[in-house]
Amino acid sequence: MNEAYVYDAVRTPRGKGKSSGSLHEITALSLGTQVLQAIRDRNELDTAMVDDVVFGCVSPVGEQGGDIARIAVLNADYADTTAGVQVDRFCASGLEACNMAASKVMTGEADMAIGGGVESMSRVPMGAAGGAWSSDPQIAIKSYFSPQGVGADTIATKWGFSRDDVDAFAVESQKRAARAWKEGRFAKSIVPVKDQMGGIRLDHDEHMRPEADMQSLAALQPSFLGMGAMGFDEVIKQRYPELEKINHVHHAGNSSGIVDGASAVLFGTKEMGERFGMKPRARIRAMASIGSEPGIMLTGPTDVSLKALKKAGMNPEDIDLYELNEAFASVVLLMMHNLNIPHDKMNVNGGAIAMGHPLGATGGMLMGTMVDELERSGKETALITLCVGAGMGTATIIERV
Amino acid sequence: MKLETFSFDIDADGIAHAVFDVPGRSMNTLTGKAVADIIAFTQEVATNDAIKGLVISSGKASGFCAGADLGEMGDRAGSGGSSEPKSEAETKKAQFDAGFSLNKTLRQLETCGKPVAVALNGLALGGGLEVALAGHYRVAANDNPKLQFGLPEAKIGLLPGAGGTQRLPRLVGVQTALPLILQGESFDAEKALAMGVVNELAPSSETVAKAKAWVKANPKAKAPWDEKGFKVPGGVPHRAPGAGQVMTMANAMLHAKTYGNYPAQLNILSCVYEGIMVPIDAGLRIETRYFINTQQRPEAKAMIRSLFLSTQALSKGGNRPAGYPKYELKKVAVIGAGLMGAGIAYVQAKAGIPTVLVDVSMENAEKGKDYSRKLVEKDVSRGKLTQEKGDALLALITPTTSYDDVKGADLVVEAVFENEELKAKITKMAEEQLGEEAVMGSNTSTLPITGLAKASKRPANFIGIHFFSPVERMGLVEIISGKETSEATLAKTIDYVLAIRKTPIVVNDSRGFYTSRCFGTYTREGMEMLAEGIKPAIIENVGRQCGMPMGALEVTDSVGIDTALKVTRATAEAMGADVQGDERTQFLAWLVEDQGRVGRKAGKGFYDYNEKGKPERLWPDINKMIEVKVDECPPALKKELTHRFLVRQAIEVARCFEEGVITDARDADIGSILAWGFAPYTGGCASYMDLIWGIKPFVEEADRLADKYGERFRPNDLLRDMAAKGEGFYDRFPPGGEKAKAAA
Repeated sequence: MNEAYVYDAVRTPRGKGKSSGSLHEITALSLGTQVLQAIRDRNELDTAMVDDVVFGCVSPVGEQGGDIARIAVLNADYADTTAGVQVDRFCASGLEACNMAASKVMTGEADMAIGGGVESMSRVPMGAAGGAWSSDPQIAIKSYFSPQGVGADTIATKWGFSRDDVDAFAVESQKRAARAWKEGRFAKSIVPVKDQMGGIRLDHDEHMRPEADMQSLAALQPSFLGMGAMGFDEVIKQRYPELEKINHVHHAGNSSGIVDGASAVLFGTKEMGERFGMKPRARIRAMASIGSEPGIMLTGPTDVSLKALKKAGMNPEDIDLYELNEAFASVVLLMMHNLNIPHDKMNVNGGAIAMGHPLGATGGMLMGTMVDELERSGKETALITLCVGAGMGTATIIERV
Repeated sequence: MKLETFSFDIDADGIAHAVFDVPGRSMNTLTGKAVADIIAFTQEVATNDAIKGLVISSGKASGFCAGADLGEMGDRAGSGGSSEPKSEAETKKAQFDAGFSLNKTLRQLETCGKPVAVALNGLALGGGLEVALAGHYRVAANDNPKLQFGLPEAKIGLLPGAGGTQRLPRLVGVQTALPLILQGESFDAEKALAMGVVNELAPSSETVAKAKAWVKANPKAKAPWDEKGFKVPGGVPHRAPGAGQVMTMANAMLHAKTYGNYPAQLNILSCVYEGIMVPIDAGLRIETRYFINTQQRPEAKAMIRSLFLSTQALSKGGNRPAGYPKYELKKVAVIGAGLMGAGIAYVQAKAGIPTVLVDVSMENAEKGKDYSRKLVEKDVSRGKLTQEKGDALLALITPTTSYDDVKGADLVVEAVFENEELKAKITKMAEEQLGEEAVMGSNTSTLPITGLAKASKRPANFIGIHFFSPVERMGLVEIISGKETSEATLAKTIDYVLAIRKTPIVVNDSRGFYTSRCFGTYTREGMEMLAEGIKPAIIENVGRQCGMPMGALEVTDSVGIDTALKVTRATAEAMGADVQGDERTQFLAWLVEDQGRVGRKAGKGFYDYNEKGKPERLWPDINKMIEVKVDECPPALKKELTHRFLVRQAIEVARCFEEGVITDARDADIGSILAWGFAPYTGGCASYMDLIWGIKPFVEEADRLADKYGERFRPNDLLRDMAAKGEGFYDRFPPGGEKAKAAA
């Protein structure tokens, strides 16, 4: 088995995922194209040597449909021989795409492959791809389908995270993201998005609210109270009868933001790096995916992290940096609680609560953030993971080289 | 063509007229014969060139058709049908073909190219409405206040299997159709017109003519869904934005309300979801498959049997001893104008029975009548009752303090406090005023009737009449025969209960009789769980989720924890246990005597209550005394607790059968559902053992629970004997069978 090395990682800034967002005027194809062009140009790649591009995309319909990865490859003027494939593991699609690209390198299917993803949530709304889970009675009822936010609130209720706990976490996320931007910690990866004239359309994450504090968050109404009252609280209590009632603590300020963006991570064998004079930045130590109880939906990160750690022969304390997608504050608090992870190892540069979660693209962005941060801080190992719809988790452990 | 249930004529214009009129029945139902006739005339209409169109109507004043014949259906439900050895594929094909026959025929009628109109002068329910929906045009009477339409199949564990799940959503949209099919509520002609379920309203004398006129004017009718470019109103899931959301919410709402306990309703959702995405012919096949799947569930057989057949039989006097003339009630006295007495007086007056309401003071007696005044006022203000009729109702109630007014009563219901001495005194005072034939009834929920009858000079005329609170809303009355109670008195009492439009069950004397005794096991099992350290929320949620109307702790609050304490102390004493040392008693005493948490009436018990008397939250300090040892409830534990709750109640019911307290399986089932809300999807406690488990597996499970949790779960000899003989409760205790013997 080959080692898979990370040679580079890029991402777009994240635009607000609504019609007033800066990236609303930029197609999903263009977002995907721009990261592919950037990673090619920065590394002076001979794209004929890139075997495959794996892109996560969670709403692969309309302009994002029909294998956006291959279409972006073509639009980025890669060699005709570079293949492309789009994958969907809901919120972990981008990380799954990286893991698949790395696996291709490890098995020898590819010598060089790109992982990442693209999601224009302002142009192709979340849920646009439909799906059987919530609508087909045979599975919805059997698996206690409830919206993610109700699951996140259920986690908070079951493990006793109060509204103050989740709000405090959100405030810290904003602070960390603001500091990271201020100190240029994302500078290595950020590729400003260009518009139709070639001008800069967006060069920073525009969802952030660094001024957020406990007072301002306290004013926000819980987002999932209404859904809960319409029946989902009773549904989830059938899977968790120990809960008298669901404490709805999540709102727009302590949940991930809806944004547009794209990411790309370049994987290759050692030989490829030597041949093209690229310095490997990190090595894949372990990868894993797992299924978890689907009703509560978002408890997968703990189990998948343990699974990946076991494969790597490591313990939770051996990891220097954890990056868990901030889908909801309670998801991160739960994993910190379960694996006894100190907050100063977790999401050191903030996360999706501050910067947003462009579904299919996020996993690749998190990988890039960790590669940059390991180099900046001189630390050795990082574990990247995301909670996933329908009850799953995906994780990757990387090591600086 | 020879038809038995329809007449069939063709007029000079070539318009055929099929009149639905099942001989010897007051109401049309879709019997096997009726279906065969529909198949026959459909062939005729489709193939006879002389026929230009068809009008269907009813020859019954009662309406068009009440739906499937549930007697026939009940026989088929709950099993795979044919007992002939066939391959699985052959069996399934035969079942499908049989189940699909009416669907196939109605679809043939709908697509034969000739217009079909239906005149609906009265109710059209279930299969009746489904037949009507297969026509191209429906005219309903606008002058029949009793006319109602609906698809009530789900209420008895079935689903509409003659196109209802396909045509109704295509006609009115998924969002409008789903609640109608899932909840089975009926709707009137106006609403039917507004939704588009019928096309036109007319006086009943003109509906047939209007239908004919439409047929004449529309020689090439097609159903909307057979037109090119047809769109389902509101859209199809996954095809139109938002249309999938309708299913998502419908799934959640059903799951939230019924806890996934009703297979029929899940299958209804699936019929609509899967069927609406494909052409109607495929949708009809999907519906038939789900119909057969549903019909074969034990829940379907249990629900049809209990919720329809047995309920109907008992509310028509099915458990009344034969051979006694109908007892006319010209005057009934109610003694004690408290909550129960006041309610009893109201239901009597509502049924037109002159009622004397006796209490010790005129103030009390008037207060008792005020209960009726308030109910009448409410009904009048809501337009449910005219002022005139309300006044007439109230005029039937005579409040009094004098026993002279009891004179000449055909029946007395004594409804004073549960105090033997007081009851004895009142029995004596009342009987002085009564004739030899009059019935002396005591409304008690626990005191043995045989003991109370000792105060009576005519113990043969003495009987227990146990009402449930609130009387005007609870449909059941438990009649208790004492040792000396005569069959004639029982027959009279049943006539009384039927006259006030309640459903009677008949039981024999025992402490707590049937309902109070068995119901008590539910709350006691909850207390056992609490004592084991199971988190209260788990006890309450699992109780509701397994189909009980309330959590066990909430029920205890409603009854009163002080009452529970009294009973626990009395039981411990009777069993010679150390009352002071008993942990449960100590715990209840702490709640009642130290904390003043006596239950809902005090606004605090296991729950804290708001000012409206609704539970706000479980009292957080319950576990000050009992350490929580189980604070998670994964599916395996939930299943275990569910079995503990339901099996415990059923075991007590089996003991009542063995002791002769109850002698008719129908009384056991209907009593358990109507008196204490035992999980209705099971068909009641007896059917739960018979059908949901089967007696042999039930005995095995009860033995397992007894080994693990205690002898309270141990099956009795009766159950073991039934298991050995392969008998069910409806075999061993058939309608009316043992009653005479047991009463003797």
